[in-house]
Amino acid sequence: MEAHAQSSPVAPRAGIRLPGFGAGLGRGTVVLYLSLIVLLPLAALVSQSFEGGLSTFWTQVTSPPAVRSLELTVICSLIVVVINAFFGTIIAWLLVRDQFPGKSAVNAVIDLPFALPTIVASLILIELYGAHSPFGINIALTRAAVVVALLFVTLPFVVRAVQPLLIEMDREMEEAAASLGAGGFTIFRRIIFPNLLPGLAAGVALAFARALGEYGSVLLFAGGLPNTQVSSVFIRQQIESGNETGAAAVSVVLLLAALAMLFLITLIQRWSSRHERSPGAGAGAGLTVMPMSGESYTEKEDDDEVR
Amino acid sequence: MGISVEGATKSFGDFQALDDVSIEVPDGSLTALLGPSGSGKSTLLRAIAGLETLDSGSVLIDGEDVSKKPTQKREVGFVFQHYAAFKHMTVFENVGFGLKIRKWDKAKIGDRVHELLDLVQLHGLADRYPSQLSGGQRQRMALARALAVEPQVLLLDEPFGALDAKVRKDLRTWLRRLHEEMHVTTIFVTHDQEEAMDVAGQLVVMNQGRVEQSGSADDLYEHPANEFVMSFVGEVNRLGESFVRPHDIEVVLDADDRTEQGMVQRIVALGFEIRVEFVLGDGTEIWAQLTRNELQRLELREGQIAYLRPVQAKSFNGSSPSNDHGASTPHGNRDGGDAEVSAAV
Repeated sequence: MEAHAQSSPVAPRAGIRLPGFGAGLGRGTVVLYLSLIVLLPLAALVSQSFEGGLSTFWTQVTSPPAVRSLELTVICSLIVVVINAFFGTIIAWLLVRDQFPGKSAVNAVIDLPFALPTIVASLILIELYGAHSPFGINIALTRAAVVVALLFVTLPFVVRAVQPLLIEMDREMEEAAASLGAGGFTIFRRIIFPNLLPGLAAGVALAFARALGEYGSVLLFAGGLPNTQVSSVFIRQQIESGNETGAAAVSVVLLLAALAMLFLITLIQRWSSRHERSPGAGAGAGLTVMPMSGESYTEKEDDDEVR
Repeated sequence: MGISVEGATKSFGDFQALDDVSIEVPDGSLTALLGPSGSGKSTLLRAIAGLETLDSGSVLIDGEDVSKKPTQKREVGFVFQHYAAFKHMTVFENVGFGLKIRKWDKAKIGDRVHELLDLVQLHGLADRYPSQLSGGQRQRMALARALAVEPQVLLLDEPFGALDAKVRKDLRTWLRRLHEEMHVTTIFVTHDQEEAMDVAGQLVVMNQGRVEQSGSADDLYEHPANEFVMSFVGEVNRLGESFVRPHDIEVVLDADDRTEQGMVQRIVALGFEIRVEFVLGDGTEIWAQLTRNELQRLELREGQIAYLRPVQAKSFNGSSPSNDHGASTPHGNRDGGDAEVSAAV
């Protein structure tokens, strides 16, 4: 009856060249920069961790204090990510869909954990929930303190990842679902949530990676006691006691955990945005990440070579 | 099921979207709500669906007052201008959505969905996502989705507004045929008078939150209740206090006591139709609609003086309260109206 009116181009349009860079020079610069800043240090880290061979690496990683710190770190991070996924979505929802006095203030406060030096966060948390707590809640130097500190520093990730998706969501989809008989809960579960999932996943991935490596806010509030020692604190101790190989080995495990999460999340995103990648649809796959400004960008992978 | 709306009033802040609107839509009819943007037509449609709550007034479907019922319980099919496709679901899942909610079993849903996809000519596209469809296909999918649950009434909000002209024409013919087969009471909103006349049996002309007139296309064209309706439904020229259709202006080369002198400003050939624009002695601009043959006989050229004789002029002095805010210029409030052949009713 009619032709495909809005078939989108599969390849991105060329657009203008980066001013002052030829195509080759531009790519060369990027590769060099990334190598110096990211790849080289990572390679150095991995090589350091294997300095004593694979067996030393294994011994270091499986030493009881190392295992304890890794377990604590990963479990706390997972708990924190689940809690913040839930509350982050609710906060984003209120910020987008609700009108209430002080809304813009709340919106600004969300970014505070990003802006605040983490050691300051730690001090605030000690004041509130430490020995001199005005509420009589003293959780300082406990594992609960680890969770609370991580909740604080990772709060913005999910909010800022979900918010733009909610803003852009087509409200008529919800009205259409209602006219077809769907109640509020069904509309959320079948219409809204699937469309938020890519952003939620991105927020969770970033929050998880941040939680794994968090140092400053945990250090003072939870202390470096054997039962509250997260991996980053453990690594610091290993370096101070001269065991650099041990520090590097645990770091590599953290790195692998973060990569595993990113991989998992990318799979979830690919699955949940499969409708946008099918032939004829232009939108790119890849991890969509919200930077602090709240603006979204898409890390485009060399598209679809996987499929 | 017949629909009636009684005394519907709705405002958004300072803006009065609906001002005591009452309409009757007979069972099984196809009715158009026609009006410029901001006339309240979409708000009225959404109120019938339960997507807006009225400040006062009531909506009756099949005699039952549904004003307090939520959208979910009104059994209306609603089609949106921008399709409102569930973009994360396939065409099949979109169309089957309402049935799945009603907990139909899988096999029955499959049968029903395929039956509907045949009806809207989308068979074979069941596994596509909306992003892989053209606009016209998406809108047909949305229509199938709305029809799947066998609604009592079908409501379409500018259903073809986002489509290009050719697709729009095809789809409205198709909608009219569909309605002839299904006989479900249908209301559709449009700002395009040609579309309304083409598709609907009954038209309700709205302006500034009020109903100006309702009736058949012929009624509205031949017996407009006021200046607004006359200028919105079909083309019109204003001559002092009276109004005249462009095809009701006779162009002659000799003056008599009933003619007015005018100078040909522009001659626009629209196929068989010729649009001749004149400027009168007092500066009034009017245009006459001639056929190609008439133009050749008169041998009109731009800049030439000719004489105009209004055959059928109407005036609405004090006839309607809407005169004071009605159409200001003869064809000012129509989109692309000058390219249309208004008399093709």
